[in-house]
Amino acid sequence: MTADKALQPSIRVRGIRKSFQNLDVLRGVDFDVRAGSIFALLGSNGAGKTTLVRILSTLLKADAGTATVNGFDVAARPGDVRESISLTGQFAAVDDVLTGRENLLLVARLRHLKNPDEVADGLLACFSLSEAGNRKAATYSGGMRRRLDIAMSLIGNPPIVFLDEPTTGLDPAARVEVWQTVRQLASGGTTVLLTTQYLDEAEHLADRIAILHKGTIIQNGTLAELKQLLPPATVELVEKEPSLEDVFLALVADGGETDTAGDDRSDSAVRVRKESR
Amino acid sequence: MTTHVLGDTGVLTGRSLRHILRSPDTIITTAVTPIALMLLFVYVLGGAITTGSDESYVNYMLPGILLITIASGIAYTSFRLFLDLQGGIFERFQSMPIARSSVLWAHVFTSLVANVVSVAIVTGVALIMGFRTGASVAAWLAVAAILILFTLALTWVAVIAGLTAKTIDGASAFSYPLIFLPFISSAFVPTSSMPGPVAWFAENQPVTSIVNTIRALFAEEPVGVEIWVALAWLVAVFVAAYAVAIAMYRRKIS
Repeated sequence: MTADKALQPSIRVRGIRKSFQNLDVLRGVDFDVRAGSIFALLGSNGAGKTTLVRILSTLLKADAGTATVNGFDVAARPGDVRESISLTGQFAAVDDVLTGRENLLLVARLRHLKNPDEVADGLLACFSLSEAGNRKAATYSGGMRRRLDIAMSLIGNPPIVFLDEPTTGLDPAARVEVWQTVRQLASGGTTVLLTTQYLDEAEHLADRIAILHKGTIIQNGTLAELKQLLPPATVELVEKEPSLEDVFLALVADGGETDTAGDDRSDSAVRVRKESR
Repeated sequence: MTTHVLGDTGVLTGRSLRHILRSPDTIITTAVTPIALMLLFVYVLGGAITTGSDESYVNYMLPGILLITIASGIAYTSFRLFLDLQGGIFERFQSMPIARSSVLWAHVFTSLVANVVSVAIVTGVALIMGFRTGASVAAWLAVAAILILFTLALTWVAVIAGLTAKTIDGASAFSYPLIFLPFISSAFVPTSSMPGPVAWFAENQPVTSIVNTIRALFAEEPVGVEIWVALAWLVAVFVAAYAVAIAMYRRKIS
């Protein structure tokens, strides 16, 4: 990577438009994503988040505008873009008939890695799926499927990862695990663009948040910047009560099918869940 | 990237073959219907059918039964393709740096392997039921080549169905007319026994020339001009279906 390239944003979107029949889904979208950061695209259902992700991951062509990913134009050099990214779509893209391990092997072979077995076993351990590795993915719980899905996306260490609503449909514990994964990814230098409809998800994870509404970005900034858009907070005294989520997480903290993140792989990029007992 | 076409196709073919190994019922159900038809025609209806040849009836109708086997087997190809498109796995493949056409070719090769197995099972049952041929190795190879070409041509038709289907039933329903086509051909009864317009249709549709060619090869008779008619049909269907399928696929992935 040249110094020149390092200075460029990882993702640069300018004036992207897309319509389906008479429906204008994207009406001129602009934003940049800095390398190694977590960028959240926040929007309600139907705001165009998935359409935008599909354009950036070369699954869909924009009607107008330009987008570059890792310095490559998505329209002109889709092959190079696909080398630089991985996509975790809205619905877990795992092969139900294959085992978890076979799913990982499949992607490792398609990415032309030299040591698919090692990669698969390493990721199974990282994502606490070692025990379930030889079971068909069809038997996995929602959280396990999502973990497998994300693990498949990390094979080959793509510098940019797109996560389209990664926690939709997950229970709170699985959600926290995904968040942990995303943070670990970014701390390892991966650029993460995630879409979400959950405000707290953007708040917890993102370095920058862009709000996509009716096909355009209506706000783009850090959490602090976005908060300043509203009048200064008035100070009120409230008793701090635990939220239901706090209670739930505390109660289930030592259970579930997701334990046994057994071996301590400090060198690996991702560690889903730290058990501190 | 294109340097990986073969490797990627191999990996993806391995994947869908594994699907078949894990649900071998797809091969068994493909073989069961033609075997039932064969039993019905040979032991129930066959006695009343005059074919005008000295061949045993099982020899007479096996070529048509093999075509029915393939026509029902390819329904699973569009079924599998449709399932891939429905789940996210297809988009995952498309967003990866792999040769894009390998996703389709993998399904085509899988279809070929599955159909070869089904056809072998049906042929084995026919042998038990008294099918006999003195055909030379060359004639057997010619039969195999025609059946493979038939499978490839229909598989690309199945790919079109899989790419365009809106529902899981629609993905396999296209194969029913194909399964039915051999009945209005020379596969089970001579076309001369049919009324005028039906006979005309039967004589001029592709199945008749293919059936007659395979029958002649098994009976060690000259294939005559029929083999060229059969090959022309097969190549034409193959090329047309392939072109349409690839065009649709391009539109779908761009």
